[in-house]
Amino acid sequence: MQVSSLTIDAVRRGLGREFSATELATEALRFAEAENAKTNAYLRFSPERALAAAKAVDEKLARGVDPGPLAGVPVAIKDVILTKGLTTTCGSRLLEHYVPPYDATAVVRLEQAGGILIGKTNCDEFAMGSSNENSAFGPVRNPLALDRVPGGSSGGSAAAVTQGTAVVALGSDTGGSIRQPASFCGVVGVTPTYGRVSRYGLTAFASSLDHIGPFARNVKDAAVLLETIAGRDPCDATSADAPVPDYTVSIDGRVNGLKLGLPREYLKDLTSETGDLIARGVAVLEKLGCEVHEISLPATDYAIASYYIIATAEASSNLARYDGVRYSTRSEHSETLADMYRYTRGEGFGAECKRRIMLGTYVLSHGYYDAYYLKAQKVRALIARGFTEAFRSVDAIVAPVSPFPAFRLGEKVEDPLAMYLSDIYTITGSLAGIPCMSVPCGRTAEGLPVGMQILTKHFDESTMFRLAGAFEKAGGAD
Amino acid sequence: MKITEKEVRYVAGLANLHLTDAEVKRFEADLDEILTHIDKLNEIDTTDVEPMSQVLYATEETATLRADVPVPPLSNQDALANAARSGAGYFRVPKVIER
Repeated sequence: MQVSSLTIDAVRRGLGREFSATELATEALRFAEAENAKTNAYLRFSPERALAAAKAVDEKLARGVDPGPLAGVPVAIKDVILTKGLTTTCGSRLLEHYVPPYDATAVVRLEQAGGILIGKTNCDEFAMGSSNENSAFGPVRNPLALDRVPGGSSGGSAAAVTQGTAVVALGSDTGGSIRQPASFCGVVGVTPTYGRVSRYGLTAFASSLDHIGPFARNVKDAAVLLETIAGRDPCDATSADAPVPDYTVSIDGRVNGLKLGLPREYLKDLTSETGDLIARGVAVLEKLGCEVHEISLPATDYAIASYYIIATAEASSNLARYDGVRYSTRSEHSETLADMYRYTRGEGFGAECKRRIMLGTYVLSHGYYDAYYLKAQKVRALIARGFTEAFRSVDAIVAPVSPFPAFRLGEKVEDPLAMYLSDIYTITGSLAGIPCMSVPCGRTAEGLPVGMQILTKHFDESTMFRLAGAFEKAGGAD
Repeated sequence: MKITEKEVRYVAGLANLHLTDAEVKRFEADLDEILTHIDKLNEIDTTDVEPMSQVLYATEETATLRADVPVPPLSNQDALANAARSGAGYFRVPKVIER
């Protein structure tokens, strides 16, 4: 079998006929470990756990029991998502030796569905970054251009799926951390509606913005994985008690007559190749019978400022827990309690985490709350309102994911503001909490992938998948 | 200047973050640049706009509550397994109270 070209459907067809789950897991682990030197996509592999799960699938098959929709499928998990007994570092020195005492709900659900966890993927420290260069364990390289970044913060998950070392992967998205690496690596990445997937066991970065979502090499696999992990979880009070539809049914639906909005604010700062590819993608959708309307989302220009206040404010309090007491690492300079806090955090956090803790603490500090945090929340309301109003006249919004394709390693690392500004098109959907995804939309002359973003109303992932499925079937922008 | 070196040191203290002198200098410049961008927010009128503190969806008020059924918590051993220092079933920290 060729692990790198498998889909969930192909695993389902082959399992018990061409290969056993144990054979597939063994080959997937071998291939992933061999490929990892190129990209550094994985921080660690989980052969024992994978082979035990594969054996359970094989036994179910032998007994004639349904082993589940993900039976035998090799899955990679971003290292901010907790896995019981399996070190989970969040890309941080601080958690280098942290072994979670429980599994995230999303992990429980995908393993119950027969999925095989093969390893934990590299990411920006505590999911803070747009290039995966903020990992304490070295950057991930883009499998399609090794001198370039895979995007971030879920760069390892995106790279794993692109390389084909996992069939699907889980990532997390706070301001674009699934969609942007998906677009840079040429795979499908989905940020579901806020509340659609339980965050129990997702290391908190910015709680009003954090999501877990899937990466896959095609739209259907992403839909199957999302369906598996979605739905109410009593362990996460912010998970929504909304019915989870069968997304795979919607993929084959017709898109003829769908009204699409193309926001003019999302088109002005693109590189010319990205702009051309998005235009070609939109033309394909028109050919499929969609009606495309230019729309305006006027608050877009204020999204970065609003996001970097809200996200850092929340991060500064979420990261307060890393105090040298509970999470494995304590500084040598811990003569007093105050020194233990200050030195453990000062030595443990990388530069980007510190920068965000500083910014978040500053905007929440005495005298600044109204000017920054409250103002940012009001602007966030305007951004969300802009989407609500747009969805009165259109069924979905299409837009670029990033203003440019994957950039070179080191290119933006010295300029944090430039790095933040590159998140402009993904941050708006995150602030509104609506479902959004990146679907491959052709490649530049240099062969770098570009992603098209599809955004829909709260809990309307079905329309998003329908559009993405039709676009993929039509051949994308190629 | 949006932020001074003194303020950077003050905020680092609030955040319990030990910074080197080089980091203080670096963050002073970085935060200054970012806060200057953030000033953009003053251009947009938010009169009568309610702040959005979280993402809300149409549902009943009690939709997020679960049944009040006790479940076994983490064991003491599991809860302490990641402690930097522990002893006698507790987390150990540097002495806080002088005798």
